Amino acid sequence: MSKTLTVRYFAAFRERAGIDEEIITLAADTARDVFELLKTRHGSSEPLRHCKVAINDEMADWDAPVNDGDTILLFPPVAGG
Amino acid sequence: MMRLTGEIIRPDELRSSLTDPGAGAYASFEGWIRNQNEGQAVLRLEYESYEPLAVKEGERVLKEAAEKFPILKAECLHRVGLLEIGECAVWVGVSSPHRDEAFEACRYIIDQVKVRLPIWKKEHYVDGNSGWVNCERCAAHG
Repeated sequence: MSKTLTVRYFAAFRERAGIDEEIITLAADTARDVFELLKTRHGSSEPLRHCKVAINDEMADWDAPVNDGDTILLFPPVAGG
Repeated sequence: MMRLTGEIIRPDELRSSLTDPGAGAYASFEGWIRNQNEGQAVLRLEYESYEPLAVKEGERVLKEAAEKFPILKAECLHRVGLLEIGECAVWVGVSSPHRDEAFEACRYIIDQVKVRLPIWKKEHYVDGNSGWVNCERCAAHG
């Protein structure tokens, strides 16, 4: 089922997408679906297992369900320290 | 407490927050900006974070350290923005009754902070190029 989501991009993903965020309607059930469907936008030659996702400001699993109106934060591989 | 800052980190001013009458040990870790990475000469570094979740996840790491090791206090401060060679990017401090747990907790905290917090590092090289660390192929597209 199609859901309208706010997707936010960070660091390398943001530079690749050329935007901070967008509101987009996708046929996505899980965070993994969102990542896969938006691959060309965020330039994810990086495997999903190296990336992270948050839903509505909570870190989430890739299998977490997404709901209409959710904000999905897509994080490329982190590199703190 | 986990904090992010855009200001220069001065570890000497931070350790006093860890004092405790029961503390017999204090261990700290400082991550510094070095002038090369994987064979490329680095000019400066740029750290980006998503602060709400970096703080939340950092607090979780500090809480885990306090559960795993018998420590008294633990703090972490991470720099964001543009950093020059030699500057402190991250500071971790731990106080505890004895040294073993201070060292172990400090190590645990910095290791987890590096792999879990939504913080990204962009290297600006002497040759004019730049790249996101751990995300070479993403950057190649950008």
